[in-house]
Amino acid sequence: MLTKAERQRGYAGGGVVFAGITLFIALAVIALLFFDSGDTGRPLFDAYVWRILRFTLLQAGLSTLLSVALALPLALALARQPKFPGRIWIIRLMAVPMGLPVLIGALGLIGIWGRTGVLNSGLAMIGVSDPVSIYGLSGILIAHVFFNLPLACRLLLAGLERLPPEYWRLSASLGLPSFSVFRFVEWPAVKPLLAGIAGLVFMLCATSFTLVLVLGGGPAATTLEVAIYQSLRFDFDPARAISLSLLQIAVTASVLALMALLPTPGDDNAATGRSARRFDGGSSAARFWDGIFIVLAVLFLCLPLVSILVAGVKADFARLLTTPVFWKAVWTSVWIALMAAMISLAAAITIINARAALADSRKPGLTARSFSALLASLSSLVLLVPPVVIGTGWFLLLRPYGEVSRFAPLLVVMINAMTALPFVMRVLSPAFAIHRQRTARQATNLGVFGFTRLRLIDLPVLKTPLATALSFAMALSLGDLGAVALFGSEDLVTLPWLVYSRLGSYRTADADGFALILALLCLGLTIAGTAGQRDRKDERG
Amino acid sequence: MTASEPSGIRVQNVGLTLGTRKFRFDCELPGGAITAITGPSGSGKSTLLNLIAGFETPDSGKISIGGSNVTALHPSQRPVSLVFQDNNLFAHLDLATNIGLGIHPALKLTSGDRKRISEALERVGLGGYEKRMPGTLSGGERQRAAFARALVRQRPVLLLDEPFAALDPGLRQSMARLLLELHRETGNTVAIVTHDAGEVRQLADHALFIDHGEVALQAEIEVFLMRRDVPGLTEFLDL
Repeated sequence: MLTKAERQRGYAGGGVVFAGITLFIALAVIALLFFDSGDTGRPLFDAYVWRILRFTLLQAGLSTLLSVALALPLALALARQPKFPGRIWIIRLMAVPMGLPVLIGALGLIGIWGRTGVLNSGLAMIGVSDPVSIYGLSGILIAHVFFNLPLACRLLLAGLERLPPEYWRLSASLGLPSFSVFRFVEWPAVKPLLAGIAGLVFMLCATSFTLVLVLGGGPAATTLEVAIYQSLRFDFDPARAISLSLLQIAVTASVLALMALLPTPGDDNAATGRSARRFDGGSSAARFWDGIFIVLAVLFLCLPLVSILVAGVKADFARLLTTPVFWKAVWTSVWIALMAAMISLAAAITIINARAALADSRKPGLTARSFSALLASLSSLVLLVPPVVIGTGWFLLLRPYGEVSRFAPLLVVMINAMTALPFVMRVLSPAFAIHRQRTARQATNLGVFGFTRLRLIDLPVLKTPLATALSFAMALSLGDLGAVALFGSEDLVTLPWLVYSRLGSYRTADADGFALILALLCLGLTIAGTAGQRDRKDERG
Repeated sequence: MTASEPSGIRVQNVGLTLGTRKFRFDCELPGGAITAITGPSGSGKSTLLNLIAGFETPDSGKISIGGSNVTALHPSQRPVSLVFQDNNLFAHLDLATNIGLGIHPALKLTSGDRKRISEALERVGLGGYEKRMPGTLSGGERQRAAFARALVRQRPVLLLDEPFAALDPGLRQSMARLLLELHRETGNTVAIVTHDAGEVRQLADHALFIDHGEVALQAEIEVFLMRRDVPGLTEFLDL
């Protein structure tokens, strides 16, 4: 029931955004495919490249296995103990790694698991001489579990919370022993989610860049993404970057294709912390084992965060806050984050409106329907080609036209906007759909259009999801190292890049101080975003 | 549901506080009879049932079934079967498994047990439905299956929490008849929470009226239906 003009604006906007995003990604890929690297005298995919592919898949597979295998008992324990002290805070704590810049998380993990970290010092004291290493494969696995176990746990917990409360009463009344409860109630609830969650975690681990850059490195522990970066930034070997990029696209394409076949784990009602009454967690054995498991998980998640804080406050803030490079980095970071977030939001809103316009026509033809489907799949297209690959493509494309660093800020903005798009879409598209469903008929009937409609009807309701999306997108961009790593230079210093370069030059105290500031910035943005979301839920009752 | 001797339920001076709501119950549900528990919504009908079933533990007072004190017992150790308004069956398990869990909670079933399951299904009018999934049944059929499970459990007390509230009026009638038949065959003690005055008239031998977390009236059904001096009861019965 849109006016003809509104519908046409919708189509046109959708067309422009679709063309823009597709071109931005396609040009990068084409540049990679047709780059004339000259004769390097070695095959496109040599043993080195295969070894890197093997390691990428191995670490992603193991990370996924560990994350999901540990998340399952944790989710079961949290679901079984609804009265566990501070349970709601534990569930909120599990949202923190998602909002924490990956680089900062890595620093925290080094603080605990590193050679001179708390854990290994403790182990050395009690005489364990061969401590756990945070570098190499074991380190990458620890870090991936740190970031993905909470994600998997929240999704599994949401699945358990969706069960009707009568199930727990029935189980208690029938006297089901705990194994029967697992077999007949809990497992059937989580089983359909496992494949989707595993796919998501595998995707995140297979494309993880920053963690591997910081904790991996060396030919033995390098993934495709990091190898692309190294071949371009250090070895300047475009031919190798190209073959690695192609493999990377092949990997993400296969994972995405597999995931499309699996049911998606619904994050829409991710664990709220509200829970049904349970009657089977009361025995002392259940309380003891669940308690131990929960406490260990909390320590595992909390200690690195504490370490960031403790290490950070030791820094000489009086000096750090007066260094010009710090303020330059803050300015650059905020500017890039704001631009990227705005572009991402604008693209998302245009896509949503275009799809609404397409859905609005009485009998959408095949063209309209396939265009709508294409628009919906844009976010996946963004996942298909990872930021480092896009960056590589544009690097090669722009090199003939002068110093690449001149275009760098714009490229970083665009890449960050693309990366944020799937998240922004996920926040905005259900909110817009509900709003339209509730108001469209009335507004059209009353003849409220244009700016009045925006001011009186749309903005008052949509400002909360818009703020949420904006803060998420900004936090994501602020904490990102992937896009900046390729282009970072004297002229382009963002906060994560500053932390990373301080780390590289062994000025760890400075790095810790900057890291704390960045962590607080990003967490503040994430909390601001989710707080708005919570209010909206309360409003609905 | 072969009760050897009538198992009356006694709720003696039971006090319970849930959040800001306070409950105090003192009542008797005679053995071998059907007692209707009625009252306005939010009055505490379901809370009384939860106390008897063991899903709530009293802060004070005593609950006994058939003369033995069950106040401290886990729900599974009480001699009761339960039927809720909805979700009585695990949606991902077929009827035979759902009912089988009532016989053995780890599902170790003998061929004799399987025969009993089929007979129970037959009795409630679902003969041959062993392999059907709950999702393929109508609301009434799902409640029948819940009755079949209560049958194989052979517990002397059956607690029902608005078991027919989600059903069409016509269906309620036939379900109420089935409940009455099963009650006469087994001689069990039945407590049914309902806010349908018609159901009270059709089923109950005895009735409780709950208001503001207390038992405002407990009486034989003839007396219960005649009383005009209990605030709220007249409105309830006239509805």
